[in-house]
Amino acid sequence: MARIVGAVTTSHIPAIGKAIARNLHEDPYWKPFFDGYPPVHRWLAKVRPDVAVIFYNDHGLNFFLDQMPTFAVGAAPEYRNADEGWGIPTLAPAPGDQRLSWHVIEQLVSEDFDVTTCQEMLVDHAFTIPMALLWPGEGAWPVRTVPICINTVQHPLPSAARCYKLGQAVGRAVESYDEDLRVVVIGTGGLSHQLDGERAGFINRAFDTQFMEKLPGDPQWATRYSVAELIELTGTQGIELLMWLAARGALGRHASAVHSNYHIPISNTAAGLMVMESRAA
Amino acid sequence: MSGPRNIPGTTLFDGAQAIKGYALNKMCYSFNSAVNREEFKRDEDAYCARYDLTAEQREALRRRNVLDLIAAGGNVYYLAKFAGILGLDVQDLGAQQTGMTKEAFKARLVAAGR
Repeated sequence: MARIVGAVTTSHIPAIGKAIARNLHEDPYWKPFFDGYPPVHRWLAKVRPDVAVIFYNDHGLNFFLDQMPTFAVGAAPEYRNADEGWGIPTLAPAPGDQRLSWHVIEQLVSEDFDVTTCQEMLVDHAFTIPMALLWPGEGAWPVRTVPICINTVQHPLPSAARCYKLGQAVGRAVESYDEDLRVVVIGTGGLSHQLDGERAGFINRAFDTQFMEKLPGDPQWATRYSVAELIELTGTQGIELLMWLAARGALGRHASAVHSNYHIPISNTAAGLMVMESRAA
Repeated sequence: MSGPRNIPGTTLFDGAQAIKGYALNKMCYSFNSAVNREEFKRDEDAYCARYDLTAEQREALRRRNVLDLIAAGGNVYYLAKFAGILGLDVQDLGAQQTGMTKEAFKARLVAAGR
C-alpha cells in the first residue's frame, strides 16, 4: 500500500525562480531564505518519496476566469510549465502518475469532493518553484507528481475548513492505494503578503508565527477563521495558507514539525517553510 | 462565514469584480504569450481595440495606474502580466499603490521582519 512519508509546506514567490537561475544562494538578501532548504534535502534523501502530491494555486497560467474550478486534480502524463508573462525561467516538465491521479479523483468524488479533472494542465511557478527548491538541479525531477489546484483567484474561495478536509480526504485516498509507494505531500504559497490595493506590502509576523506553531499539532486552529478574516490577518495573497492546511490535512490527526524556517522579506512576502511528519497519538 | 467584509485598502475579487473586469483581465491573460506582448508594445491602441474594454479600463491602462485598474475590475494576477510588459515588478506595483518610493516600500517590508 502507498504510504505518506510527510509533508513539506513552502512559499513559492516568483523572485525565487530568478534567484535560483542567478545562483544567488549566498547573496546576503537570499541566504536566510535558501539556508532553510538543505535540511529539507537531507530529509527527502532519508524518506525517498516516489510521488509528490502538490497542493498549489494557479495564478493565471492554466486557468482563466472563463472556467475557474474550485478544486482541480491533474490526471496528465506530464505537467508542462510555460511563459507567465513576466520573465521567470520556464522549468522542465514534471512527470505525472495517471493511475494514482485517477485513484485520488475516484476517492475524492466518492467523499463528495466534486473535483475538476485535467488531462492537460499547465503548471505555474506555484508548482515549479517548490519543485526546484526541494530537488535542485533542473530537469531531472526524481518524483512523479499529482497536482491539486485550489482556486485563490476569484471569490468565493473554499473555506479553510474545507481545504483541510480536502487534504484529509487526499490522505485517505493515498493510503488506500494498492501500489507500494512513498508519497510526500507538498503545500505551496504564503505566508502573509498582499500585492494589491493601498494595503500592498501588508505582512503579519505574529499571525504567521502562531499559524506555524499550531499547524502540526492543532491544524484546526486556523480553520475557525473565514476566508475574509484570513485575508484581513494575512493579506490578499496570504490566503495561500489554504495549501498548507490541505497538505497538513493529508497527514492525519497527529503530526509534528521536523524542520521549519521563516524569513521576512522575500520580495513582498513573509517566506515560510515547514517539514512535518505523522506520528502515533 | 465570509460574508461582505470591508478590509481597508483591499478589494476582494468577487463575482461583481469578475463581471466588471472580464474584458480587461482577458486581455491581460493574453500577455502570457510573447507574441501578444510584442503586438501590444507595437500598437497599444490596436491591441486594446480587439477587446471590449470600457473607457475607464482603457484610461487606467493608458495611465498605468494600478489602483484604477483594480477599480475597473482588474485582478492582480492578470494585471501582473501587464506590469511585466512595462518591466515593473511587484515592489514597483506596491510602491505605486501606496504612494511610496520603491526604496521606502522595500524598507517597510524589511522593517516588518523585525
